[in-house]
Amino acid sequence: MVPISYYLVLSAILFSLGVVGFLIKRNLITLFMSIELMLNAVNLAFVAFAWQWKSLNGQVFVFFVMVVAAAEAAVGLAIIIAVFRTRETLNVDRVNLLKL
Amino acid sequence: MIQAVDYIRVLPEIVLTLFGVAIMMVEGALPPRASRKPLGWLAFVGTLAALAATVYQAGYPGMAFFGMVRVDSFSIFFHFLIAFIAALVVLSSFEYLDAQQIRGGEYYGLILFGAVGMVLMSSAVELVLIFIALEISSISTYVLAGFRRRAPSSIESSIKYFLLGSFATAFFLYGVALIFGATGSTRIYMIAETIQGGKHSAMVFTAVALMFVGIGFKIAAAPFHVWTPDVYEGAPAPVVGLMSTAPKAAAFAVLLRIFFAAATPGWFWPVWISAALSMTLGNISALVQDNVKRLLAYSSIAHAGYLLVAFAAARDIGISAAMFYTAAYALMNVGAFAVVSHFASAGERYVTLEDYAGLGRRSPVLAATLTIFLLSLIGIPITGGFFAKFYVFSAALKSNLVWLVIIAVVNSAIAAYYYLRIIVLMYMRDAREPAPTVQNVSAPLGVALALTVAATIYLGVLPGRVLDYASRGAALLVR
Amino acid sequence: MFFLNHIWIIPLLPALGAALMFFFGRKLSKSAVSFFCVGLVVVAFVFSCLTVLQYTGWAAAHNHQPFEKIVYTWLGSDTSNLGYLTHSGRAADFHVDAGFLLDPLSAIWLLFVTGVGMLIHIYSIGYMAHEGGYYRFFGYMNLFMFTMLTLVLGNNYVMLFVGWEGVGLCSYLLIGFYFLKKSATNAANKAFIVNRIGDAGFLLGMFTIAWYLGSFRFTQITEVARSGRLSTGDPTITLACLLLFVGACGKSAQVPLYVWLPDAMEGPTPVSALIHAATMVTAGVYMVARSNALFVLAPEAMKTVAIIGAVTAIFAASIGLVQNDIKRVLAYSTVSQLGYMFLALGVGAFAAGVFHVFTHAFFKALLFLGAGSVIHALSSEQDMRHMGALVHKIPTTFKTMLIATLAIAGIFPFAGFFSKDEILWQAWSADNGAYRALWYIGYATAFMTAFYMFRLMYLTFWSPSRVEHEVEHHIHESPKSMTIPLIVLAFFSLFAGFLGWPHSLKGSNRFEKFLEPVFAREATQFDKSGKEAQLAAAKKEEEHANPTEYFLMILSLGAAFAGWGLAKRSYGKAAEGYTEPIAATAPPAYRVLYNKWYVDEAYDYLFTGRRKLGPVRLGAMGAGEAAWAVDANFVDGGVNGAGWTTRALAKLSVWWDTWIIDGLLVNGIAYSTRPLSWLTRMIQWGLVQWYALVMVAGILGFVLYYIFR
Repeated sequence: MVPISYYLVLSAILFSLGVVGFLIKRNLITLFMSIELMLNAVNLAFVAFAWQWKSLNGQVFVFFVMVVAAAEAAVGLAIIIAVFRTRETLNVDRVNLLKL
Repeated sequence: MIQAVDYIRVLPEIVLTLFGVAIMMVEGALPPRASRKPLGWLAFVGTLAALAATVYQAGYPGMAFFGMVRVDSFSIFFHFLIAFIAALVVLSSFEYLDAQQIRGGEYYGLILFGAVGMVLMSSAVELVLIFIALEISSISTYVLAGFRRRAPSSIESSIKYFLLGSFATAFFLYGVALIFGATGSTRIYMIAETIQGGKHSAMVFTAVALMFVGIGFKIAAAPFHVWTPDVYEGAPAPVVGLMSTAPKAAAFAVLLRIFFAAATPGWFWPVWISAALSMTLGNISALVQDNVKRLLAYSSIAHAGYLLVAFAAARDIGISAAMFYTAAYALMNVGAFAVVSHFASAGERYVTLEDYAGLGRRSPVLAATLTIFLLSLIGIPITGGFFAKFYVFSAALKSNLVWLVIIAVVNSAIAAYYYLRIIVLMYMRDAREPAPTVQNVSAPLGVALALTVAATIYLGVLPGRVLDYASRGAALLVR
Repeated sequence: MFFLNHIWIIPLLPALGAALMFFFGRKLSKSAVSFFCVGLVVVAFVFSCLTVLQYTGWAAAHNHQPFEKIVYTWLGSDTSNLGYLTHSGRAADFHVDAGFLLDPLSAIWLLFVTGVGMLIHIYSIGYMAHEGGYYRFFGYMNLFMFTMLTLVLGNNYVMLFVGWEGVGLCSYLLIGFYFLKKSATNAANKAFIVNRIGDAGFLLGMFTIAWYLGSFRFTQITEVARSGRLSTGDPTITLACLLLFVGACGKSAQVPLYVWLPDAMEGPTPVSALIHAATMVTAGVYMVARSNALFVLAPEAMKTVAIIGAVTAIFAASIGLVQNDIKRVLAYSTVSQLGYMFLALGVGAFAAGVFHVFTHAFFKALLFLGAGSVIHALSSEQDMRHMGALVHKIPTTFKTMLIATLAIAGIFPFAGFFSKDEILWQAWSADNGAYRALWYIGYATAFMTAFYMFRLMYLTFWSPSRVEHEVEHHIHESPKSMTIPLIVLAFFSLFAGFLGWPHSLKGSNRFEKFLEPVFAREATQFDKSGKEAQLAAAKKEEEHANPTEYFLMILSLGAAFAGWGLAKRSYGKAAEGYTEPIAATAPPAYRVLYNKWYVDEAYDYLFTGRRKLGPVRLGAMGAGEAAWAVDANFVDGGVNGAGWTTRALAKLSVWWDTWIIDGLLVNGIAYSTRPLSWLTRMIQWGLVQWYALVMVAGILGFVLYYIFR
């Protein structure tokens, strides 16, 4: 039987990968996918904890999170398209009109 | 079992959702060239109905939906505040949308959907529900921020808000997962019981820190405030009026619940540091701004800092001080942004400080109104801002947070400088040539401004009632 | 009881006028503006009279208690979450009501503020008829009435402070009424800044009292102070009283904070009459008199008040001797007379001080309005060197001003005689003559007062004409709306003194008797003879029969007539190009007086930092710079050398100039704050990922704190 800590460590690694990806990637879509990765890392943690506490709640939360992520994706991709229309680029470094 | 009374306890949410859906449906049915004003009025009626629902709901305190939602004076306070802000924002949007030539009825729908999320945030006592409510409010505001579709700055503000917002929410969710793992529950009151039972593992602490990120992002507390100036500068002005107040109020409600009701340990120093940082960074950065929206953005960061001072203070008085501050701050900020949105004109042309020069002579009433809000933001007596600061500082002093209060007072003095600068520009400078034209204030905006001025002064002259209500809410929260 | 119970309506009446002007003033015609603004003040006056009348009836039935009407709780709440600890460790509730207090003291202020205010409003209809900003003027005036009445009627220090700040604001707005004139805005700023110094003192004093006694409410504080639980000379009380007096010095223009009042004459003349002569400047006197129960516990503070008062009296009078601007003479005279009032308060003669406030309100308002009428007649000429021989041209103004002059000079039986003589007598006799040195100062001042006032009269009315030719043709008597208030005020200047007809002249001094409930217990405590209050009156009678008092009375009359005579000799025939007698006999003294003892210059050198000696800034700000330079040298000297320091000093100087000196008035802030913006620049790059990095750093910080704490 795999101890719960394994799942948690994996979840933490995935989450950190998401964070790092968000910090170093340049493409808006990739950034967005990094966030999805972070959310899914959390999902893994939820499922692991649900198993630990023998409660179904954690499993259900995952569905909620997935729904929310889907909604976010819809809005996010729309915004990214709008950015592409005004800037004609998806490079996040070029999105820097507003500063100071 | 779900009973009828459960639905009453989420009545404002239901009302707002129904009106929002109705707006979206009517929007589709309207001919493309038709004015979208009727939709605005529908939204306004919706917010009024939500206010009425809140008042009605006050008679039915208690838990609903298996202990996921809780209606008490605390949540009523925030429901009322948020619905009121939404009403004001709707009123001040009519003219703005005309001026910017934005024809999107869904604008009003999004305001209502956003309000649903915020209202739900303040009454939810279950962390996953809080997360969902947070996302409901966020997603609406992401879209609203980019509503000036043709303006690159607006889109940029939207994408920044979206990316950083989702980023922060992921941390919040991770925190929720960890606290679920540590305590086996996501219900705030059950978490409280477990924690008071003596389970203080490192996981709980980490969870609190991660959740603070998500909330800190929403309230723009340093160091999670970085998005604020850019987003506020680019987003449509009335939306900023909404964004800088209602979600903040809701997020403060969540923070109060997490910190005090769930009795989570060890938040004192992070809050202390965050408060001091927010005040200092916000005020110092505001000093060098030329753009009024950006300046007010930094000012809102600073105000989040003052508010966190109340959090660092002892429980009962700190909570009521924070609630009062939220209300006073929300009113004056909505008002200030309403004036800014009116003055900005088509394409948000006039948003720099120089544009405000000589406004006192060209449009005395508008300038006087803005002056009242600015004085309140400074914290001059007979305005709500004065008592808000006063209560927060006295609560902090009572808890012996002398250093924090000193930092806060010094910061207030710095802040007075840049607010006064606007006032000085308006009254003691001649307008530059050619002077920006000031349109006449339309009736709905006039009503919104009159309401905010009246409410700001009301809180400054007769703070007793609101404060008492807040105290009762606070007492219920900590029990 | 209707009027007493609705006392809160009195301040609201002018507030309504101010609100009307704010919202609709621009659209209203001049007659509508005067109808509303003046009408509301008239109603307020009538209301006040009826209220005071009702109060006298009520008080007789209630053992002469003060009447308090609490409208609502303003600060603090029923959940008492605003508690604080007093110095004794007792928990006190921070509680302030929007409450009103009517006792003889506030009744007197109420009556003359509304009465004189009403007359000046009526006068202004004529005076401001041809000025721009008519509605703005009346709006401000009504706002002033509102705040002044709040000040006078408030039942606690916080209400008093609200009014106090309010009148300060109105004063600022009205001094700067001609805001296109640079001198007017400068004067307004000066008044504002100097008053802030005083206000800081007042605030500190107020909170000291709250901390020490646990209340802001006058009745409660008085009760505690009189309970005998506090010892005389209590250091905290002394401190509180001194701090309060700093506030009084600012508002009532006492040395060293008097400098704003003469400059305040830049405002329209009715403003000078109402705010800077009759009402607002007496707020300090009111506050000290209101705190009398505390002051008697602090003999040292009392002594300070008396000395500052006497010094101010003679100092301002000496400057007034040689000024040429008719309004400035009156301004210095006001400062000097306020000094008299504080002298009286300081020696414990509260009633005498208040009595002088009362009579002074009439004759000084009259003098200012008369001066306004003269200025009006001479097409805005204010310099007395270009006046003269107006006696037959503007007879009503002349007659009324003569009455006022006789009153202020202290000539029997005009109002000023009674009040001034009472003060001098008290200075002579209080505490068995401990203050006798102050009597000499007061006496000398009385002589000077008579001299400069008759100098004014001779130069303006009696001496040969020195009026310029074009102006001469336009000389005209003022309209009825201006002369009638003059006549009414003249009537009071003549007869108001009879209310305080002293015991020694077989009078009954009704004024003092009226005020007795406010001050009585202090009087007995003050002369430490331990006699009962009933005996005090009899004793007073006896004391007053003292031949010394008659002698002093005759002496002061002598001084008044001597001053008059000297003025007649010097200025009776002052033709074009006349010389000042002081300038002729002692030129250096004249220069010093003419330049107002160089006080403004000294302040300029000491505090404003505008004066430089080469590159070095002088005064307090210079000292700050120097200290900084020394510090920088000391710390970094070895490393960076002098060049760096010089550059830093220059930078600081630029920084200082742009930030503090030009401060709020300069637009170039974006440039000057550049040193500060590095912080912002460092964080707000505009890059999303940088922002995320800042957030992650924050998160890591917090998480690490939690893990390793």
